[in-house]
Amino acid sequence: MTTYQEFIQQNEGRDGVRFSWNLWPSSRLEATRLVVPVSCLFTPLKERPDLPPVQYEPVLCSRANCKAVLNPLCQVDFRAKIWACNFCFQRNPFPPSYAGISEVNQPAELMPQFSTIEYIVQRGPTAPLIFLYVVDTCLEEEDLQALKESLQMSLSLLPPNALVGLITFGRMVQVHELSCEGIAKSYVFRGTKDLSSKQIQEMLGLTKPAASGQQGRPLAPQDAAASCRFLQPVQKVDMNLTDLLGELQSDPWPVPQGKRPLRSTGVALSVAVGLLEGTFPNTGARVMLFIGGPPTQGPGMVVGDELKTPIRSWHDIQKDNARHLKKATKYYEAMANRSAVNGHSIDIYACALDQTGLLEMKCLSNLTGGHIVMGDSFNTSLFKQTFQRVFSKDNNGDFRMAFGGVLEVKTTRELKVCGAIGPCVSLNSKGSCVSENEMGIGGTSQWKVCSINPSTTLGFYFEVVNQHNAPVPQGGRGAIQFVTQYQHSNTQRRIRVTTIARNWADAQSQIQHIESSFDQEAAAVLMARLGVFRAESEEGPDVLRWLDRQLIRLCQKFGQFNKDDPTSFRLSESLSLYPQFMFHLRRSPFLQVFNNSPDESSYYRHHFVRQDLTQSLIMIQPILYSYSFYGPPEPVLLDSSSILPDRILLMDTFFQLVIYHGETIAQWRKAGYQDMAEHEVFKLLLQAPLDDAQEILQTRFPMPRYIDTEHGGSQARFLLSKVNPSQTHNNLYAWGQETGAPILTDDVSLQVFMDHLKKLAVSSSA
Amino acid sequence: MNVNQHTPMASPYGQPQPGYTQPGYAPLDGGYPAPYAPYNGPASPYQPGAPPQGYSPFTSFPSKAVAANPVSDLSSPLDLGISGPARGPPTTGPPPISAPQQYNQYSHSQGDMQNGPPPMTQAQPRPPVSQPYNPGAMNMSGPHPTYPQHYGPPPTMQQVSNQMSGMQITSGPPTPAGPGYAPPHSSQPPVSTAYSAAPPPSYTQAPPPVSSAPTQPPPSGPAASQQYYGSPPPPSQQPFNSSLPPTSQQQFTSSSVPPPPSQQTLPPSSYSGPAPPAGQPPAPPVSQPQQSFPPSQPPFSSAPPPTSQPAFAPGPPPTAPGSFPPRAPPPSSQPGSYPPPTSAPSCQYPGPLPPQQQPPPSQPFPYHSGPPPPRAQMPPTSMAQSNHLPPGPQGPPGPPGPLQQPPSQPGMQTGYPPQQNGAFGQVRGPQPGYAGPYPGQPNYGAPAPAPAPAPPAQKRLDPDAIPSPIQVIEDDKAKSTEPFTTGVRGQAPPLVTTNFQVKDQGNASPRFVRCTAYNMPCTADMAKQSQVPLAAVVKPLATLPPDETPPYLVDHGEGGPIRCNRCKAYMCPYMQFIEGGRRFQCGFCSCVTEVPPHYFQHLDHTGKRVDCYDRPELSLGSYEFLATVDYCKNNKLPQPPAFIFLIDVSYNAVKSGMVSIVCQELKTLMDYLPRENPEMDSIVRVGFVTYNKVLHFYNVKSSLAQPQMLVVSDVSDMFVPLLDGFLVNVNESRLVIESLLDQIPEMFADTRETETVFGPVIQAGLEALKAADCAGKLFVFHTSLPIAEAPGKLKNREDKKLIGTDKEKSLFQPQVGFYNTLAKECVAQGCCVDLFLFPNQYVDVATLGVVPVSTGGSVYKYTYFQAQSDQERFLNDLRRDVQKPVGFDAVMRVRTSTGIRATDFFGSFFMSNTTDVELAGLDCDKAITVEFKHDDKLSEETGALMQCAVLYTSCSGQRRLRIHNMAVNCCSQLADLYRNCETDTIINFFSKYAFRGVLNNPTKAVRDTLVNQCAQILACYRKNCASPSSAGQLILPECMKLLPVYLNCVLKSDVLLPGADVSLDDRAYLRQLISCMDVTETHVFFYPRLLPLMKLESGSLPVAVRDSEERLSKGGVYLLETGLHLFLWVGASVQQELLLNIFGTPSFGQIDSSMTSLPVLDNPFSQRLREIIDSFRAQRSRYMKLMVVKQEDRAELIFRHFLVEDKSVSGGASYVDFLCHMHKEIRQLLS
Repeated sequence: MTTYQEFIQQNEGRDGVRFSWNLWPSSRLEATRLVVPVSCLFTPLKERPDLPPVQYEPVLCSRANCKAVLNPLCQVDFRAKIWACNFCFQRNPFPPSYAGISEVNQPAELMPQFSTIEYIVQRGPTAPLIFLYVVDTCLEEEDLQALKESLQMSLSLLPPNALVGLITFGRMVQVHELSCEGIAKSYVFRGTKDLSSKQIQEMLGLTKPAASGQQGRPLAPQDAAASCRFLQPVQKVDMNLTDLLGELQSDPWPVPQGKRPLRSTGVALSVAVGLLEGTFPNTGARVMLFIGGPPTQGPGMVVGDELKTPIRSWHDIQKDNARHLKKATKYYEAMANRSAVNGHSIDIYACALDQTGLLEMKCLSNLTGGHIVMGDSFNTSLFKQTFQRVFSKDNNGDFRMAFGGVLEVKTTRELKVCGAIGPCVSLNSKGSCVSENEMGIGGTSQWKVCSINPSTTLGFYFEVVNQHNAPVPQGGRGAIQFVTQYQHSNTQRRIRVTTIARNWADAQSQIQHIESSFDQEAAAVLMARLGVFRAESEEGPDVLRWLDRQLIRLCQKFGQFNKDDPTSFRLSESLSLYPQFMFHLRRSPFLQVFNNSPDESSYYRHHFVRQDLTQSLIMIQPILYSYSFYGPPEPVLLDSSSILPDRILLMDTFFQLVIYHGETIAQWRKAGYQDMAEHEVFKLLLQAPLDDAQEILQTRFPMPRYIDTEHGGSQARFLLSKVNPSQTHNNLYAWGQETGAPILTDDVSLQVFMDHLKKLAVSSSA
Repeated sequence: MNVNQHTPMASPYGQPQPGYTQPGYAPLDGGYPAPYAPYNGPASPYQPGAPPQGYSPFTSFPSKAVAANPVSDLSSPLDLGISGPARGPPTTGPPPISAPQQYNQYSHSQGDMQNGPPPMTQAQPRPPVSQPYNPGAMNMSGPHPTYPQHYGPPPTMQQVSNQMSGMQITSGPPTPAGPGYAPPHSSQPPVSTAYSAAPPPSYTQAPPPVSSAPTQPPPSGPAASQQYYGSPPPPSQQPFNSSLPPTSQQQFTSSSVPPPPSQQTLPPSSYSGPAPPAGQPPAPPVSQPQQSFPPSQPPFSSAPPPTSQPAFAPGPPPTAPGSFPPRAPPPSSQPGSYPPPTSAPSCQYPGPLPPQQQPPPSQPFPYHSGPPPPRAQMPPTSMAQSNHLPPGPQGPPGPPGPLQQPPSQPGMQTGYPPQQNGAFGQVRGPQPGYAGPYPGQPNYGAPAPAPAPAPPAQKRLDPDAIPSPIQVIEDDKAKSTEPFTTGVRGQAPPLVTTNFQVKDQGNASPRFVRCTAYNMPCTADMAKQSQVPLAAVVKPLATLPPDETPPYLVDHGEGGPIRCNRCKAYMCPYMQFIEGGRRFQCGFCSCVTEVPPHYFQHLDHTGKRVDCYDRPELSLGSYEFLATVDYCKNNKLPQPPAFIFLIDVSYNAVKSGMVSIVCQELKTLMDYLPRENPEMDSIVRVGFVTYNKVLHFYNVKSSLAQPQMLVVSDVSDMFVPLLDGFLVNVNESRLVIESLLDQIPEMFADTRETETVFGPVIQAGLEALKAADCAGKLFVFHTSLPIAEAPGKLKNREDKKLIGTDKEKSLFQPQVGFYNTLAKECVAQGCCVDLFLFPNQYVDVATLGVVPVSTGGSVYKYTYFQAQSDQERFLNDLRRDVQKPVGFDAVMRVRTSTGIRATDFFGSFFMSNTTDVELAGLDCDKAITVEFKHDDKLSEETGALMQCAVLYTSCSGQRRLRIHNMAVNCCSQLADLYRNCETDTIINFFSKYAFRGVLNNPTKAVRDTLVNQCAQILACYRKNCASPSSAGQLILPECMKLLPVYLNCVLKSDVLLPGADVSLDDRAYLRQLISCMDVTETHVFFYPRLLPLMKLESGSLPVAVRDSEERLSKGGVYLLETGLHLFLWVGASVQQELLLNIFGTPSFGQIDSSMTSLPVLDNPFSQRLREIIDSFRAQRSRYMKLMVVKQEDRAELIFRHFLVEDKSVSGGASYVDFLCHMHKEIRQLLS
């Protein structure tokens, strides 16, 4: 018997699924008592190089409201050529093409190892990918130049048949026509005027073909001529566009002293969305927005153009002092929804030292599956490489991105789906498996994920609806099927089906089993997502309290202790790390806004709710490696006690990569020992973390901020703010330890936290 | 030079006038001296006239012929006198000389030189000069101090011509030939009488007289005239005749010799007539006192005239034996006409005396011819002194004049006026009455000689017997031989058809300002009674001929121009410095203002500032101030202006070839943007926009390799998409601009877009200028009715059924209010719009033109534009439009003396209040007509002053004020008013008034109003100024004798009386076009110039013929010009040789009537013809496309439309009919 650990990893590797519980309590009541809901992290497009897609279409259950896909869990009568749906128990005949089916000649989807299988849909037209650059020209010359180069470079990364378009904006919004020869032509919109999609299309001269276009179907070929003026195949306009980008001038309108440049981001996006809406609805497209500052005019403005009014801070927001916040948010939300409906995703690349309004605009990416990248300048490797990585390719030479995903969840009747948390929008598909109890984006069994990449991970939350008095038959299994339809980056339509099943367990009799099936990592991430999701709409302290209570309840449920005796408290191995995750989560920027601007918070949260489990965990609890002369690099506790003078530390918080040289190391380095032949070893030691960091940098998206610092350096704060403040200026002497570095903070340390937790968990009054 | 001059000025003599001229100029510009000097001479003479005081002294001096010299001497005496021209100052002698020069007119310099010495003995010099002419001039000048210049010479001419016309005799009229003229003279006397007769009856009667005339003349002018004119008037006529005859005869004789001279000579002759009696001595004095020495001299010569007379006499007789003699009478008529002018002057000055003395003399004189008038004047002007007086009386008396006129005079104090008016006997009367006045001579001449013509006349009014514009024009030309100096108040300038040079001596040049009346009635009652409109046509930025200096730029430093504290009038010659120069009193409001310390200057003993002639603002009529920041918008010095070209690229525009032509041409035009210093690059920035349903802006920043197009489809809410890169400096962005202009036609070659917008196009330009914070001009090239969905969208509302109804006016009004609002915004920004239209159908010019018209822009229309045939015209218009000097963001304000007020303005501009005329753009071709009304009394002493100040931004971005000052006389006698009117200006006013009237009134009502007012004017004259005569006699004031014919032209214009084939657009177009025309343009527009081309001489143009089909000979070729159209009419039986010369083809049938330019042939005739055509085109602000019209071709219909003396197809009356109608109206008013 394999351990749960292995089981979990196997499942994750095959299906991209991590459940909080791998045994499901068989009744609603028991499930509720488990505190952590039955839920999972699902990575729909997990890379499966070993899984070749099949070239036919899935067989669906014929029941109208079921439509589940034939899967290995279905019972099949090979003689009658009939299969029974394991979700609705409908008996379906196989289609004629399955005539030759037999026990020895089974289609792939019936084989157990194909619990995840991918179909290629041959029907329907294929549409090329579309990349629409929306570029802010209110940039410093240097920034603009760097951005232009990046954009030009990106052209070479696009598939030749991909359509590209360019919109630039500043005070005005320009939609560049790419087809014309000679004179560069562009359509200009005023940056202050909110235009309806129809108006935009009229003004761009796109209305005539639209009349004949059918709703909901790609119009690509027939009206290509019209849309082509703005969206052209890369291979055709490569040169043209390169020149155009090369000649891009920064916004020609003078910026008076004491003013911000007028930036019409809102209208520019509106035009971009309108343009795609009119030309390529329901076709995979990315709107890539590059901004160097906040929107300062027109709809969606985040801050006025007076420099003397600073952009909103958390303080302003709490005081309800952010004038434009609500209006702008509403504006961008509406736009994000429109865009999502049409299957277009919006990326935001914001590079500025100050905030750029991500707080208001985050929904653009969050709802459409787009990326958000935040940097200080377009002239940094952070941006350049991140941007390059957007176009990274897999082993087959295909982009690691997919478009227009529709993810449907089907459950067996004991389960209902409460909601999803991730870069998706609800498609409002009510069905029998939809719970009334919403968690995350609920009330539906279908979600649209406009852009998916292999690491895109959604959290799904379920509810056991089986009543306590109607036990599940022994050996019964609950099943969940994820059906993901999407447009592959090679323009194929594909359907990936993942069907998973877990055993039911009676929580009363099998609580031990259930406890051991707990996946504390997944649970921590799933709970964290719930917390972050709540934090978007609730006050920070409330969320923390809620999280604390959940933790306490969990500890009460599974801890072993004597009442009112904190010292007797023990947690089993499967839960042992969970409180620690929660401790770090509480301190994380996802829930703490202190020291973060609203934009940063939005940025962190954005990434948190879409990364896979490993990355999410890193975000919650950064990894700390220690390099020393005394042995190979080793992971060490994220604790102030790990900060030693003769160590080099490498911390990965996902967003930052910090290399920290201890005091002694730093002195040596300053003294230049590494350049001396006799201190070759020291040189190697210095090099080691750099190499490791490089490795991480190579694979991470977005590129983390890379920080090389040393003891006492200002940048060391990144490290100091993350480690557990086991030593602070308050207890430095009390502890009397000789190692580690005190952290100047009033935050509680893990130790204190655990003590409190134990106390509360064992308290009879709780 | 300057110094010398100054000193002279200072000199006690200091006759202000002389001083002015010389000093003023001298300081200003060394260059002047030469020209001035001569002028000075004249000026001095004139001056006397102007300022009473001055005059008297002068007169006395001048009277001595020598006086002139002295004057000049005083100023800058000695000088090189003559050379005066060169260095006027030195030659004091010159002054005199100069005088001569003036007179010389024909040969200024020569005369001057010679004169110089002679000055001493004026007589001598003069003779040498051009005896005949001079005399004429003399007379003329003599009569009217003011007039002198213009009239002076002209008078003679006029008189002659009038006489001629009166003569009936000379059919020749068409041919300017001397002989022809002669006859006219004779006719003159008759004229008045003839007219007098009732129209119809008169006609009948008239003929007979005519026939008889010839015979009669010889015997006794008077008698003849009487007969002709109808006995009724006879009495008056007779007198005239009698008086006239003698003079006229003489004249004729002289004239006979050289055609042109002949005319002039005539006058002289007249002088001679008088002179003899007066005695030579007297005569000279007369002349002297009067303006022109030269004239005077000639007169002297003429004085000798006695001798000359004889000489002449002989001459004439020979030429036109019998007939001529009769003409003699005409001269009398002339005198009559002229005299009036003279009398007028006289009135002003010595009012009392002159009248008395003069009356008699003047009367005679008038009739006689120029001579008398001069005398008349002389007397008035202090001249009265013995010398003058004598001459006056003598001259006049001698001739019958006294006899005839006396009566008239009695009636009027200035009996002259009536005469002048030359009451034209109607019909026949014309001959008599007009005779004098009307140039008709030629025409008449014809009839006269051949009795035959006369008979026809009986049946209907003989066209030759009525006042002829051609004659008047020619007379004026002959008269205006010397530069016109503006120093004399109330002096009417030569006609617009006359080439003359102007010397600014304190009043604005007539090229800048022309008035309807140079002698305004003192009271509102008089003004109301006369109904003569009091208006000035101001063309603030008019281009001056190369020999005249543009206004000087004066900088008063940081404080800005010195102004009156109360009325804010700018420093000008009318400001009177007092208290030793510490303060000045405003000539307009009389308020006393402190002189700022930096501007202080001591006064000389005459109360003038010592630096008077160093400062243009104290000595000139027109000059400019440099404005300070206080005069700028937002208190910021203006940015350099910008030109934005907005080109329609819809299907029609591309297909017609317009787009490619414009683009091609703009490439070269970029180098010719307006600039002030020809050696510098223009700082005007340019921008480009194309449009159809949407707008395309272009980024032509110099750093770009290729231009960029920015499409703005949001036409409902226009904005400008870029700033940097849109308006660029041509030199920096030349390559990009050229690339753009190359590509525009290609880009839209395949366009299918037919809809256009218009409102947003202007908004776009406006926004661009706003964004750039500068003023500028938009050039919009547009093809079609803007029906695309956008602000300012229009519907096709052309509905011919409305024409003639009460709703017709709505067709002239803009369809939507949008453009009015837009225009307002444009004006606020200083955004001037020039619109080039290329319509293939109705485009609603009435609406589209609102913005151009309100912003001081122009509308050009090329209906059915075709690249091949219309390209040249369009391109020339475009070139001129782009290159012409223009000011931006202008505000014009007219200040006047207390007593009158500028109440109404006509032209292309916008007014947001009642006083400020706001012009977003003001170019050199735009004129503004200002109407004045009394709000109090004016005084004869101070006259009426007006100051027109235009604040504008020059094309070099400098903020300036251009000031034009004008002073006119005031009169308490209606006769003076009538004697100092300018019909061309009145017509300009009437047309603008009427064309604006159609916006609010039915055209019929507008026409009736015009006729009515005109009738009242003439009736008032008849009632108050003319000598008593039969009610049936039509008597017209000399100055207004062409009023009926011109007015008829206005009434028949397409705007007021459209033919069936005239589109609404055309009417609206013309209506707008007229609104900003100056007098020259309206004149030729309403009365086209028709030149016979059978014989061409280099150096001079053939004398025009009247615009009537009867004047066209089948065997001839004619050139007709209206300022907008140019026709070459080819008679059906024209000589082969002529065809070969012109077209290079021997056959009439082979002439290609679609040609728009004549073949370049290597023969003198062809060369000359093309030269003429080119010179015509150069004179007009719009290029005229040449249309070749073959007789009896279909195109002839169009051509005939411009023969304005004929009945028009649309129902317009012929000249003759209209005159009868007018007479009827007048009689009704009188009864």
